[in-house]
Amino acid sequence: MAVATTSSGTTTRARRSGPVRAHKLLQLNWFGGLAGWIWLAIVLIPLYWIVVTSFKDQSAYFSQNPFALPSAPTTNNYKLVIESDFPRYFLNSVIVTVGTIIPAVAISFMAAYAIIRGAGSRFLAGVNGLFLMGLAIPLQATIIPVYLLIIRMHLYDSLLALILPSVAFAIPLSVLVLANFIRDVPKELFESMRVDGATEWGMMRKLALPLTRPALVTVSIYNGLGVWNGFILPLILTQSPDKRTLPLALWSFQGQYSVNVPAVLASVVLTTLPIVILYAVSRRQLLGGLTAGFSR
Amino acid sequence: MVLPALLLFVLFGVIPLIGVLVLSFTQWDGLGAIHAAGLSNWKSVLSDSQLPHSILVTFEIMILSWAVQTPMSLLLGTFLAGRQRYRAFLAVLYFIPLLLSSTAIAITYKALLDPNFGLGAGLKIGFLTQDWLGRSDLAIGVLIFIVSWQFIPFHSLIYQGGVRAIPTTMYEAASIDGAGRIRQFFSITVPQLKYTIITSSTLMVVGSLTFFDLIFVLTAGGPGDATRVLALDMYKRGFMSNQMGPASVIAALIVLLGLALALILRRLGGSTTASQQEGA
Repeated sequence: MAVATTSSGTTTRARRSGPVRAHKLLQLNWFGGLAGWIWLAIVLIPLYWIVVTSFKDQSAYFSQNPFALPSAPTTNNYKLVIESDFPRYFLNSVIVTVGTIIPAVAISFMAAYAIIRGAGSRFLAGVNGLFLMGLAIPLQATIIPVYLLIIRMHLYDSLLALILPSVAFAIPLSVLVLANFIRDVPKELFESMRVDGATEWGMMRKLALPLTRPALVTVSIYNGLGVWNGFILPLILTQSPDKRTLPLALWSFQGQYSVNVPAVLASVVLTTLPIVILYAVSRRQLLGGLTAGFSR
Repeated sequence: MVLPALLLFVLFGVIPLIGVLVLSFTQWDGLGAIHAAGLSNWKSVLSDSQLPHSILVTFEIMILSWAVQTPMSLLLGTFLAGRQRYRAFLAVLYFIPLLLSSTAIAITYKALLDPNFGLGAGLKIGFLTQDWLGRSDLAIGVLIFIVSWQFIPFHSLIYQGGVRAIPTTMYEAASIDGAGRIRQFFSITVPQLKYTIITSSTLMVVGSLTFFDLIFVLTAGGPGDATRVLALDMYKRGFMSNQMGPASVIAALIVLLGLALALILRRLGGSTTASQQEGA
């Protein structure tokens, strides 16, 4: 057999070493390889510039080559940023992000569970249709009525005003992704638990929840990223400086110190750092899950 | 169990959606009382020369950013589909721009492209010292570049998943028939990725309607009105000129446009599974 494959018969050989051949084919991707390395440069050059510049003082910024390492590294820019109340904005962002993700993922999970378990109910099918419609609509376009609602609820200029719409906006995609995962839980498992006398609530907690944990993490990270970086809701629904979240603080800091480029870039680094750290810790979950939600 | 999600979504999703339409027939300055205004907002907005301009800019940015991002993401996605370790590592680095807020990205590029204090001035390269954001033809190009910088990695990952799902036997058969790599890419990879392309395009197109943060911080719609897309037009009318009625007309148009585009792309796909993923 081995002799036959090496000496003759391209068809047998191709079939036997299928994965290896495909691997080779992908390796020969010259054009893609070139694009890949060029893209890496395009991504990294601005990021490198941000970090290096944030450690220069203003005079070095003007006199030095922009890509040179700082001749006299300074952390003064970071001090200035921290003294400009950034710890408070950071705390606001944490409150809004965590305060959004936990309820959003919890109620989306419950809804997804009900939709999958109650397949056949016209009401639930209708609810699901409503959520799916929400996916096709740019929800930011509804900001004016949201603003009116928040004013009428006397929530304007509070962190809760940011949390409530964020939770609602997160629901459609979360339900879709979580429902896809709950659907994969074998029906027999539900049946055998029911025979043992488990309630729907119990099955949700003891069966569906542990089996969909990766999806829950993914959905949390994805929504969390969106809320952490959100700009339009804080811009419109808050006013006082002490209610600012990081992106809004970044924007007003930039307005104030626009000439002090290193300080502005230090603020960019500081606001991004927590997410980069989070990314470094949980990137497998994020990268794997993000695409799973879309290419299923 | 579905009730908490349903209630919140109705309150902050469905009611505002209807509210957009209702408010477009009223007069409201954002603070005081709301008065009925009949069709006057619609008449004034639809006859305003600002509207065709904003629609044009919105479509220009939508189409150009699609045309730049799609081929590049396809190429990078195919490249990343290889299982080599260094490619997995590259994917990790590619993803970093997606972690930054649009605000941070806009602020960075604003500083980077400043003709007096930016990169060009620092490197003393004449070509780079142009007034990138001060000239309307350049500003749109810069915007497309930044959007691509931010979102190509995400779409590459979608394509990576798609390419990995193509059966390798198809490539084997093609290479036995003597098809080269480029031929294989266009005859196998691209046709096989049809639904992935539609999903990714839908996300790009519907997403481009909501490029608000980036444009607001980067150019605030300028220079002049060169980058005043519909979302920015809505914000400026509503929250800067305190005319919520006309702003709601624009908002309603954005919603209709988003729905129409999503439906058209779904038709193109002719698949329910791919179209379910759209929109986010």
